[in-house]
Amino acid sequence: MEENKLLLKVKDLKVSFFTPAGEVKAVDGISYSLGYNEVMGIVGESGSGKSVEAYSIIGLLQNPGRVIGGSIEFEGENLLDYTPEQMRQFRGNKVSMIFQNPMTCLNPVYTIGNQLTEALTCHDKTISKEDARKKAIEMLELVGINNAEKRMNQYPHEFSGGMRQRAMIAMALICSPKLLIADEPTTALDVTIQAQILELMKDLQRKENTSIIFITHNLGVVADICDRISVMYAGRIVEQGKVNDIFYDPQHPYTRRLLQSIPRLDEEDDERLIPIEGTPIDLLNPPQGCNFGPRCTECMKICLRQKPPFAQVGEGHISACWLHFKDALEKEGEK
Amino acid sequence: MGTYILKRIIGSILILLLIMVVTFMLMNAIPGSPFLTEKSTPEQIAMAEAKYGLDKPLYVQLWNYIKNYLHGDLGTSLKMQEGTPVKNIIFHQGKFALSIKLGLLALLVAVCLGIPLGCLAAFYRGSWLDGLLRVVTTIGVAIPTFVLAALLLVVFSVKLKWMPTLSGSLTDAKSYILPVISLSSYYTCYIAKLMRTSMLDAINQDYIRTARAKGVKTKALVLKHALRNSLIPVVTYLGPVTAGIITGSFVVESTFSVPGLGKYFVQCVMSRDYPVIMATTVVLSALVIFAMLVVDIAYKIVDPRITLTTKED
Repeated sequence: MEENKLLLKVKDLKVSFFTPAGEVKAVDGISYSLGYNEVMGIVGESGSGKSVEAYSIIGLLQNPGRVIGGSIEFEGENLLDYTPEQMRQFRGNKVSMIFQNPMTCLNPVYTIGNQLTEALTCHDKTISKEDARKKAIEMLELVGINNAEKRMNQYPHEFSGGMRQRAMIAMALICSPKLLIADEPTTALDVTIQAQILELMKDLQRKENTSIIFITHNLGVVADICDRISVMYAGRIVEQGKVNDIFYDPQHPYTRRLLQSIPRLDEEDDERLIPIEGTPIDLLNPPQGCNFGPRCTECMKICLRQKPPFAQVGEGHISACWLHFKDALEKEGEK
Repeated sequence: MGTYILKRIIGSILILLLIMVVTFMLMNAIPGSPFLTEKSTPEQIAMAEAKYGLDKPLYVQLWNYIKNYLHGDLGTSLKMQEGTPVKNIIFHQGKFALSIKLGLLALLVAVCLGIPLGCLAAFYRGSWLDGLLRVVTTIGVAIPTFVLAALLLVVFSVKLKWMPTLSGSLTDAKSYILPVISLSSYYTCYIAKLMRTSMLDAINQDYIRTARAKGVKTKALVLKHALRNSLIPVVTYLGPVTAGIITGSFVVESTFSVPGLGKYFVQCVMSRDYPVIMATTVVLSALVIFAMLVVDIAYKIVDPRITLTTKED
């Protein structure tokens, strides 16, 4: 991919939460890039820093969280240099976000129409009320809400969960942003609605040419929609590659274990799921070596001493594990 | 909405009837008689009681009250202003208007001061301003009205002589200040505390994050998205506040010698002026019931999730 064709370039991003107990390194130096019209999945368990990373792109980190290093370049401009007002104009306009729980993400005391048009009017002061309303109805129809005209005047509590998420998507896309960050958009929905929302997002992505960062802990969800996947563990990216590489040729032990722990329909009946033993590390006191080391069945001595570098394991496929350097280490007599 | 209000009005009439019965029983449970003085002989008392029908059995007396009230007749005063219709005493001598004026002003102060103070404390959470407001509001909630009223009277009227001692009929603006402060202080402080909590709760909600992600300006974020949501608990509290401010005016009116309904109410209980006690209770109760209805409707306006109609509708 050419350098100038990139929409987003995150370089060595570090985010810490300064709690009374000490510094929690939620995101510890992650780098990735995202092209135009590309869908990237960020997968990881709870607390792996995937949402924090997304919040720092859109500037929604809450105290005591702070970006302490790295850069986030959006179309060549470093977002971390933006003033709060520039950041506000950027949010919702160039990049927007949908969240996990559509039940609580819409303001209960304003109508859907009011909240949709607000997303337009807070970026475009010149737009007339009628035009904003027209555009909002258009968006509601686009996300598959019937009777959009009437629905505009309804309150969120008159919408079902799936419809609210549809309305959230309509709201996020109303300014035609270049990047949509979806933070577990289907987690709070039941399975059939999940499938509908995913289908809708795929459809809209094609129609609107929006890039998407899709954050989830559910590998099954990303398989369908993403071009590339980054697997995060304890604030770091452990493996990154095209969706097929990750699913059919996982290189990092964590990714492999993650895949083994999902139930599959095509497996034999008596096939047991293999859990990942142990618990995630304490981010207050991260280990000196590989973050996954303490839980890894293939752990070597060096894994506990030093963080593993990335190894290029295929085209556009990288994995941070000492196992890829095993031969070289053996030559040096270290293991 | 119409059916709901109609239902509430019918319900209110039943409540008023119940209040009449209870008041009547309590009134008769207090020993003494309106005609009891040091000089009066038992014969004189019996004669006077017979004249006003107080010798009849209690259930007949109660029935007479209810019958007359249904005809809009509140009876005549026995003692305080002997022979004057109670209706005139309450409505035409400015007593009712005076109490309402005082109460509404205090309510206005409590709302207009309490809500912004609570918001300020929430935005500057943890700052010196928040700390100061917390101390002030806690003191305000802790001091009883009668203590505060007496304290204000001593400091500002007696010692400093800035304010009149007797507020009287509240003819000039200055005479309002102390009664309104005493009456509203508790509620101002309580609303400020309530507002702080609910504002803090509101600004941490998911929909505020959504609004920020949309690029909504901070001002709109607070004034549009957070304020209306955080008003819900405050509006709920306004019902009891209205009742409290109206009944609380008894103490304040007595302390500052304001000839309002509250002060009169206390006096008429002292002198066992039965028809006046009954009428004042009913009028004040009607006022409180009305205030509650207004609050319930306001609640619906603030929070669209509330439906006022009952299941049968």
